[in-house]
Amino acid sequence: MANPTPITSSIRRYKGEWKQAQVAHLLRRTMFGATREDTAYFLKKSPKKAVQELVRSIYPMPTPPINSYNDEKYTDPDIAPGADWTVAPKYDGMNNGRRKNSFKSWWFGLMAGQDRSLREKMVLFWHNHFVTETNTVDNALFCYRYNVLLRTHALGNFKELVRAITAEPAMLRYLNGYANTKKAPDENYGRELQELFTVGKGPGSHYTESDVKAAARVLTGYTLNYKTYTAAFDPNRHDQGDKQFSAFYDNHVIKGMKGKEAEAEVDELVELIFSREEVSAFICRKLYRFFVYHTIDETTEQEVIKPLAALFRKKKYEIGPVLEELLMSRHFFDTANYGSMIKSPVDFTVGLCREFGLSFPNAQDCEEQYGLWEQVRNQAAALQQNIGDPPNVAGWQAYYQEPEYDKLWISSDTLPKRNQFTDRMINNGFARNGKKVGIDPIAFAAGLPHPEDPDQLIADSVKALYSVALPPEELQLMKTSILLAGLVGMASDHYWTNAWVACQTKPEDKANRNTVTNKLKNLYRHLMELPEYQLM
Amino acid sequence: MPVLLPALLPGISLRALASPFLRTVHDEAGGHVLVLIQMSGGNDGLNTVIPLEFYDAYHSARSNIAIPEDKVLRLEGFDGTGLHPAMPELQQLFNAGKLSIVQGVSYPQPNFSHFRATDIWLTGADAGQVLPTGWAGRYLDREYPRFPQDYPNAAMPDPLAIQVGSLVSPALQGPALTMGMAISNPNSFYDLIADKAPQTVDSRAGDQLAYIREMSVKTDQYAGVIKKAAQKVTKQSDKYPAAGKNPLADQLKIVARLVAGGLQTRIYLVSMGGFDTHARQTDTDTTTGAHAKLLARLSEAINVFQDDLAFLGVSNRVVGMTFSEFGRRIQSNASGGTDHGAAAPVFVFGDGVKAGVIGENPVWPAKLTVNDNIAMQYDFRAIYSTLLEKWFRTDQASTASVLLKNFAPLPLIA
Repeated sequence: MANPTPITSSIRRYKGEWKQAQVAHLLRRTMFGATREDTAYFLKKSPKKAVQELVRSIYPMPTPPINSYNDEKYTDPDIAPGADWTVAPKYDGMNNGRRKNSFKSWWFGLMAGQDRSLREKMVLFWHNHFVTETNTVDNALFCYRYNVLLRTHALGNFKELVRAITAEPAMLRYLNGYANTKKAPDENYGRELQELFTVGKGPGSHYTESDVKAAARVLTGYTLNYKTYTAAFDPNRHDQGDKQFSAFYDNHVIKGMKGKEAEAEVDELVELIFSREEVSAFICRKLYRFFVYHTIDETTEQEVIKPLAALFRKKKYEIGPVLEELLMSRHFFDTANYGSMIKSPVDFTVGLCREFGLSFPNAQDCEEQYGLWEQVRNQAAALQQNIGDPPNVAGWQAYYQEPEYDKLWISSDTLPKRNQFTDRMINNGFARNGKKVGIDPIAFAAGLPHPEDPDQLIADSVKALYSVALPPEELQLMKTSILLAGLVGMASDHYWTNAWVACQTKPEDKANRNTVTNKLKNLYRHLMELPEYQLM
Repeated sequence: MPVLLPALLPGISLRALASPFLRTVHDEAGGHVLVLIQMSGGNDGLNTVIPLEFYDAYHSARSNIAIPEDKVLRLEGFDGTGLHPAMPELQQLFNAGKLSIVQGVSYPQPNFSHFRATDIWLTGADAGQVLPTGWAGRYLDREYPRFPQDYPNAAMPDPLAIQVGSLVSPALQGPALTMGMAISNPNSFYDLIADKAPQTVDSRAGDQLAYIREMSVKTDQYAGVIKKAAQKVTKQSDKYPAAGKNPLADQLKIVARLVAGGLQTRIYLVSMGGFDTHARQTDTDTTTGAHAKLLARLSEAINVFQDDLAFLGVSNRVVGMTFSEFGRRIQSNASGGTDHGAAAPVFVFGDGVKAGVIGENPVWPAKLTVNDNIAMQYDFRAIYSTLLEKWFRTDQASTASVLLKNFAPLPLIA
């Protein structure tokens, strides 16, 4: 495949146009989909204010997941229906699977109902970065707390997050940190801490196998308590010897310590790792791939990654300033980046729900609410992004695998499924106990500026749903072939106008409402079948 | 697990399935193909098929647009009925025994809204009935049960129906989804056959789009069969007008190629627009102008299509019909046009057709008002019924279940 023309715009502050296209680009990359309300809201701000608000706004932490999982086989004796299950005293074969499932649906619901903030997208970013899998962690409370940790630090300090995740029960379990003892060292976390979480495997990273072993020895001593569901540091399991690091770490030695204080060795390890400049470059590259484009050429490395990494170090690994710098840049808003990413399954499914304004049931109908979150979440899973359970410790391939990257989301299996999903959303939607989520095409069209004008209806729908333009012939074909039932020429537009207006003023005319509904369904079904809809 | 494919080539939307499944229903009329030509906008039937028998009444009802008596094309054996002078090819087809004209086709309580009337024709509904499925979709659903799950398969490896030149027709809507695929843009059809990349890839988004399109063609089994069928036909009739001159001819050229290339596809839909002639439907010379141009294209396209089918040796397999959502008013209006009306003639053509004029020339009251309409002689579903029973050889009960009622067939098929 030919390489696209490189782009050379810099990290300097963007001061260009601020219209729907720019706002939608920013929102699709930083939230899940660009809703009409959010777009209108941020259109009134400057690019700088918009980015600052997305990064800096502080929203309360979400309420914990609740028991919506009682069924014919199981009724939770400890947690009432609708009550917070994260305070439950014990976990067993009956409740754990149900709670894990509940946790994942709860998380999906947070994305679908997200605040005007970058936070939820960053939770997904960190989940893909500090991977754990619910199937391996295998305790619903650990999974939930790990997710809370990611959300707490989502836009905070990266170094603090690394330190915290190192002793987080879900991670201790997932990468065997709980089984890493002086007698039987387990190098799993010591390796991934460097290879995947901090210095990476880029050109500037030269840590060695002995550094993996040394780090693993520093990390010995963590245990998991399955009565209190907490982690602890047990000095008796800690390797008290000195740990010698390689030339990459300036031959640093972490002096062995004893007793409770020995946990301070872990702090020193984190400091040591973060003293390498490569950490900042590694994370900035990952952020770039997640928010801008999959390929980083030499120009981008020099003009974007390097200055960002310098800022990251200067700000002592605070994430917010780096994201602001990137998202406010000319590089980010270069039109060549619009539509340059293929939507991940989560962007695809959650984005559809949000952009079409679908509403899930309220909390008082928690069984239906969680049930419907689960149904749509399962669609994303079928499209190969099962939140809570990435394929392995490296995360989803589409975020790192050269040279395909996000093209990996689209296969002979997933492409048809993406269309089955959009078809279903436009046709019948998803239902649970009589509650339904699905696209209301009339409501969506009614929110556009001029739904009565067929040209504007189509143009505005394309703008609302696409990151790229469509050729005028395509728009024309949609108009004559779908909205106007084959009628051609400007003189025919009023037939659509009349039908639309009658639909609003004479809702009792069922045949007309049916006509308008079907035309809009066909229009939106078609718009979501075109390949442009896969892009963001 | 059925895998339903959209197709993402620009202008082509294909749908196909992943799991082939054998189907063993023997279908004796399986080789028969039906081509539906939709004339969108409401064709002025009275200036298409002219009642020479009542020429004075015809002329006085619409003197500003009436075709001069001596310009009307004569039909052998039917002195009282003639054709618009823009359609010499259809006159020849009629005289050669390959065209049948059904007079006064409509339905009780005709609707005058384009959208509603179009839906009625395409879904095969009563005036007061809203149907979720199309008439052709119901037929295909009956004939090919468990579509799309079990398709394509050895017995039916090809699309059940293909629409050329537009996107989605309610006529092909099945119980769950459409039974057909669309080739909305003839150019992209030729790009597909020629393996031409539909778009340049010099931008980031363009590179992603090219990949997604490539994937959609690769994974769509129907893209392959269509390409294969088209490639079998290397030469077509040389009578076709240059591409772009007559869009209907361009569409029918693709149909002929796919039929001759061996696709077992049963139904093709093609269409042309522009028949909503409220004003200036003729020039001062009433034999020319907007409506004459449309009819000339229709006539030219059907004729060259027939010629091509004969050249390709498949003309005995294809029957076509024209239809429009309604006819137009008997009286012309002051802007030299005609407003929405009711019944109108339908053409049925092909080697397999019993040529002639079915029905009478329209008659209307001596004291004509602006609201008077041409009366219905035949329900449009009687034509569908004829095509299903006599051309596709469905039995009476099946036909009635597809059309939701019994409609006695007409003597249209030889």
